[in-house]
Amino acid sequence: MPVIETKNLTYTYPGGTKPSISDVSIKIKKGEFALITGPSGCGKTTLCRCFNGLIPHFYQGELKGEIKVTGLNILENPIYEMAKHVGLVFQNPENQLFALSVEKDVAFGLENLGVPREEIRKRVNWTLNLTGIYDLRERAPHELSGGQQQRVAIASILAMQPEVMVLDEPTSFLDPLSAKKIFKVIYELNKKLGITVVLVEHRLDLTARYADHIIVMDDGKVVLDGEPREILSSEEARLIGIGIPKATRLYHILKKDGVKLSNTVPLSSDEMANLLKEALKVHD
Amino acid sequence: MIEVEDVYFRYPNGVEALKGVSLTIKNGEFVAIMGQNGAGKTTLVKHFNGLLKPTKGRVLVDEAETTKVSVATLARKVGFVFQNPDHQLFCETAEEEIAFALKNFGFKETIIKRRVQWALNLLGLTQYKKISPFMLSGGERKRVALASVLAWNPKILILDEPTIGQDYQQKEKLRQFILQMKTQRKTVIIVTHDVEFVAECNPRVVLMREGKIVADGEAKEILTNEEVLTQASIVPPQIAQIFMQMPSLQLPKNIIDVYEAREILLKMLRSDAK
Repeated sequence: MPVIETKNLTYTYPGGTKPSISDVSIKIKKGEFALITGPSGCGKTTLCRCFNGLIPHFYQGELKGEIKVTGLNILENPIYEMAKHVGLVFQNPENQLFALSVEKDVAFGLENLGVPREEIRKRVNWTLNLTGIYDLRERAPHELSGGQQQRVAIASILAMQPEVMVLDEPTSFLDPLSAKKIFKVIYELNKKLGITVVLVEHRLDLTARYADHIIVMDDGKVVLDGEPREILSSEEARLIGIGIPKATRLYHILKKDGVKLSNTVPLSSDEMANLLKEALKVHD
Repeated sequence: MIEVEDVYFRYPNGVEALKGVSLTIKNGEFVAIMGQNGAGKTTLVKHFNGLLKPTKGRVLVDEAETTKVSVATLARKVGFVFQNPDHQLFCETAEEEIAFALKNFGFKETIIKRRVQWALNLLGLTQYKKISPFMLSGGERKRVALASVLAWNPKILILDEPTIGQDYQQKEKLRQFILQMKTQRKTVIIVTHDVEFVAECNPRVVLMREGKIVADGEAKEILTNEEVLTQASIVPPQIAQIFMQMPSLQLPKNIIDVYEAREILLKMLRSDAK
C-alpha cells in the first residue's frame, strides 16, 4: 500500500490566477526514497505542503482531487494530527526555527508528541550528534549561519522519527562535504528505520544515487515518474532542463560515440568509474 | 579593482571570522569564493561594499578605502545579492522591488521603466511583475533579488549563492549572463558551494578555510586538487572524481569538463580497441 497517494490533485493559492499544481496523481511506497525535481516554480514546494496538510489547512486556497498520506485523508485530518506522521523540513530554515536555543528547537516536536522526558533527552542528543551540531546546542538558532540553521531544521525533524520525512532542498546552504554527509545520514535512516523519504532537489549529482523513485514536475504537472536510471536517461528529462549528473551525461555521450559500456546507467561518479575500468580493463 | 590588504575581522560576539586575508580582484575578473560553512566567505564579500569594515587591515574599492566612503556611495558601484532573498525583498510587487533601487539612485522614470522591463525579461520574471515576491517560489524569489540588483547595472556584482533553488536552465542563463558581464569588463564575484556550476564556468577560484585563503587559482587546477579541497570541505566535480578513481591510467589531472573528458576517454578507448 502506498504511504502517499494523490489522485488528480489540483491546488490554487488564495488569490492565485491559475493552479500551482494540477492533476497530480502519484504513489510513493512505504520505505521508498523518492526524489522530486523540476524547473524552479514548477510546484515542488506546493506539493510538499500538501503532504502534511499545510495545504489546505494553513494556506487555505482551493484543493481538488484526493490525497492520502499514511492512510489518512488530508482533508479530514488537521495539521497537528498529520504532524505525528509526517515531518517537513522547510526550504527556508528561518521559517521553521523559533526557539531560543538549538536544543529547545530540536526538542519542541517531541514535547508536543508527548514523548517522555528521558526519551526526549536521548533523541535530542542522538540527532544533534548525527547532524554535527552538538556543540551548537546552547546557541540561538537565529544567530547561526544559513548552513547551521539548516542542520537544526533537519535535526528537529529527524528527532521525531516520523513515518514520512519530506525535505524541501534541505542542504542548499551547506558546503558540499556537509551536504553529502547529511544526505548519507538521511539515506541510512531510510534504510535502517524504514522512514519514507521525499526529497525535493535540483542537485541530482549529490542525490540521484540514493533514490528509488524520481518524479519530475514541470509547470504544475507531473511529467515523468519512475525509476531513476530510466528517467535520467530520457531525452525529456534533459529537455525540461533538470540537472542530469555529469557522470550520467558522460555515459550517454560516450554511448552515442559508439563506446561499448554496460547497460546499467551510472548515477554517481563511482558507478561511472567502474564502468570505465571494465571497458578499459584496468584494476585500480 | 578590489584590494584586500591583510584584513582581520572580529564580530561583536568575539568570533574572529577573518584572520589576515589579502586578495586583489581586477576589473573584468570572474571569481568564485568557495569553502566550508563558517570559513568567512560571506564576511569577506560584505567588506567589498562596506557593509562590514575591517577590524585590522584595509579594503580598497577602485582605490577608495571602504572606511572613508559611505555604503550608499559604494552601493552604486557594488551590487550585492544576499544568500537568502527574504533578507532583501520587501515590496508589494516584483516590478516595484526592481524599481526601488533605481528610484533611490535618481534615475529618470523612462529609464526606470526600461531597466525594470529588461531585468524582468532577463530573469524570466515578466509574467510575475504584478505579483508579490512572497507569492513566488524560493527559486523565483532569488531571481527577483538578482533582478533588483542587475537593474542598476553595477560595475562590480557580488552574488552570494546565486544558484540556490535554480534549475539547470536557469543556471545556464546565469552563466551566459556572467560571461557577458565579463566581456563588458565588469567584475563578478560569487560565493558558492555549487561545484558543478563552478566546473562549467571555470572562473578563478579562491578557497577559504577558517578565516584564511588556502588556495587561489584557475578552477580546473583547484577543483582537481584533492588535498586542498578536503581541507575546505569541497567535493570535487563528478568528472574529476571519475578520473581520480583510475590512477593507473595516468590521465591528465585537471579535467572537470564533460566534453574534455570525452575526448580523452575516446582516445584511450579507441587505442585500446586496436
